Amino acid sequence: MNVIGLGNEWRRDDAAGLEVARRIGGRQLDGEPVALVEAIAGAAEVTIVDAVRSGAPPGTVHEFEAGAAPLPTRLFGASSTHALGLAEALELVRSLGRLPVRVRVLGIEGERFDYGRGLSPAVEEAVVRCTRSI
Amino acid sequence: MARTKTLRTDYLARVEGEGAMLVRIRDGKPVEVKLRIYEPPRFFEAFLRGRHFTEAPDITARICGICPVAYQTSSVNAMEDACGVDVGDRIRALRRLLYCGEWIESHALHVFMLHAPDFLGYASAIELAKDDRTLVERALHLKKTGNELMRVIGGREVHPINVRVGGFYRAPSKPELAALVDDLERAREFAVETVRFAAGLDYPELEQDYELVALSVPDAYAVEDGRLVSNRGLDIPVSEYEQHFVEEHVEWSNALHSRVIDRGNYLVGPLARWALSGDRLTPLAREAAREAGLGRDERNPFRSILVRSVELVFAADEALRLIAEYEPPEPSFVEVVPRAGVGYGCSEAPRGLCWHRYELDGEGTILDAKIVPPTSQNQKTIESDLHGVVERYADLPDEELSLRCEQAIRNYDPCISCATHFLKLEVDRG
Repeated sequence: MNVIGLGNEWRRDDAAGLEVARRIGGRQLDGEPVALVEAIAGAAEVTIVDAVRSGAPPGTVHEFEAGAAPLPTRLFGASSTHALGLAEALELVRSLGRLPVRVRVLGIEGERFDYGRGLSPAVEEAVVRCTRSI
Repeated sequence: MARTKTLRTDYLARVEGEGAMLVRIRDGKPVEVKLRIYEPPRFFEAFLRGRHFTEAPDITARICGICPVAYQTSSVNAMEDACGVDVGDRIRALRRLLYCGEWIESHALHVFMLHAPDFLGYASAIELAKDDRTLVERALHLKKTGNELMRVIGGREVHPINVRVGGFYRAPSKPELAALVDDLERAREFAVETVRFAAGLDYPELEQDYELVALSVPDAYAVEDGRLVSNRGLDIPVSEYEQHFVEEHVEWSNALHSRVIDRGNYLVGPLARWALSGDRLTPLAREAAREAGLGRDERNPFRSILVRSVELVFAADEALRLIAEYEPPEPSFVEVVPRAGVGYGCSEAPRGLCWHRYELDGEGTILDAKIVPPTSQNQKTIESDLHGVVERYADLPDEELSLRCEQAIRNYDPCISCATHFLKLEVDRG
């Protein structure tokens, strides 16, 4: 099972995806484009976990299948001028003709994204749920 | 009645309002240009106080995912300065090699993935990849080669962990570095082709009169250390930075804007390095620049993509030279005994000067930290470029003018890091 967790460990709930990957023994990435592209392109099928902020209650888990259609950039856009957002990375891999057939994406709704470490309680619960589900 | 229009670009994100651009035009003239960029070093300065001086390279590396080596190098330079330690030539050479890795990965990302789409009329590198897969695959190879160099010397690709005050926890072996040579040689070839590619781009017209500031050393292209020099006669040790430069608060931004005291805004980064030290690039890089028609007095900020490409040739070439001449430092670090005092460090981040000052007590506790990143130094100059762009291109339709303004901001490869995101573009007509 190929699992990729994405996030910034210094921005509180943004680390939710990293935490799932850590618990499962998946890859923890911060959006560095080459690593992200290669991690996705190298897999037969892949599960990716990232934090999102859509306005849904914290801890909500949004699930998508990105093998066939692009992810909504509203949820998975770039988080920095120098990182690729998950949506962009997947589309770049698709443009290069190297996208896996199955790409399961779990977006964990975060509550706090300010500087600091540690997950909010609702997000911590979602991390446990996602870890079990994978 | 006067015709007013407002261009507004908001960088919104997971954390909103960290960066934005506002241009207000009246009768075809820019009357107001405001750039608002938040940078995380302010948070890290507070975070560093009370920490041990040996923690600075690991903590400051977290400021930026794309230029951690710049922050690490400037911080260890400063700590070694405070403690009166000289690390010697072998450790300095290894630092320079690590830094080459960062220049390669950062410049490759910026040239191909972020800036080239502007020049070629693509919305992003994704559309570019659909039309020119080879170009994007080449960019990925270049970036990967830089990442590999950082991984082998720094311990990992992002946020290297092998850098310490006084040197490195472990020096790589000769075979470990030799294993990178093939990829670096290919990267160097790609870089030469990149210069040709960049030379063929269509450049918007803009000539600006800059004060250019960069580090300088007598017989090399300054990267990891040097004196601060400018094209207007500045020539000072990095310890005198605060006597010549000031950061001021502006009401529309929570970032500080830097200027030269009594003179005004200045430019740091590739254009400045090229103007002040271009004659000290490696012969291959100089030849690539000559072939591309790059003049020594380049004052068109859009041509920075060309200088960045030349610096890609330099960084790959220099990395190969450093690997060929490499002798592992033994031991891999110099013991650094803390002493009370102040230390200064500076290095050339891919996007320009990264200046640090630390005050330590006798036990090595950090009492005070000041970090001046390249993007805050360039902010006033970016604003003045935007003035120039709007003046020159006021007749363009709003959308094209907005894109040209964004392209002008990207000339500086600004590090609007940590959770800021371009999402929304708003054009207002008054």
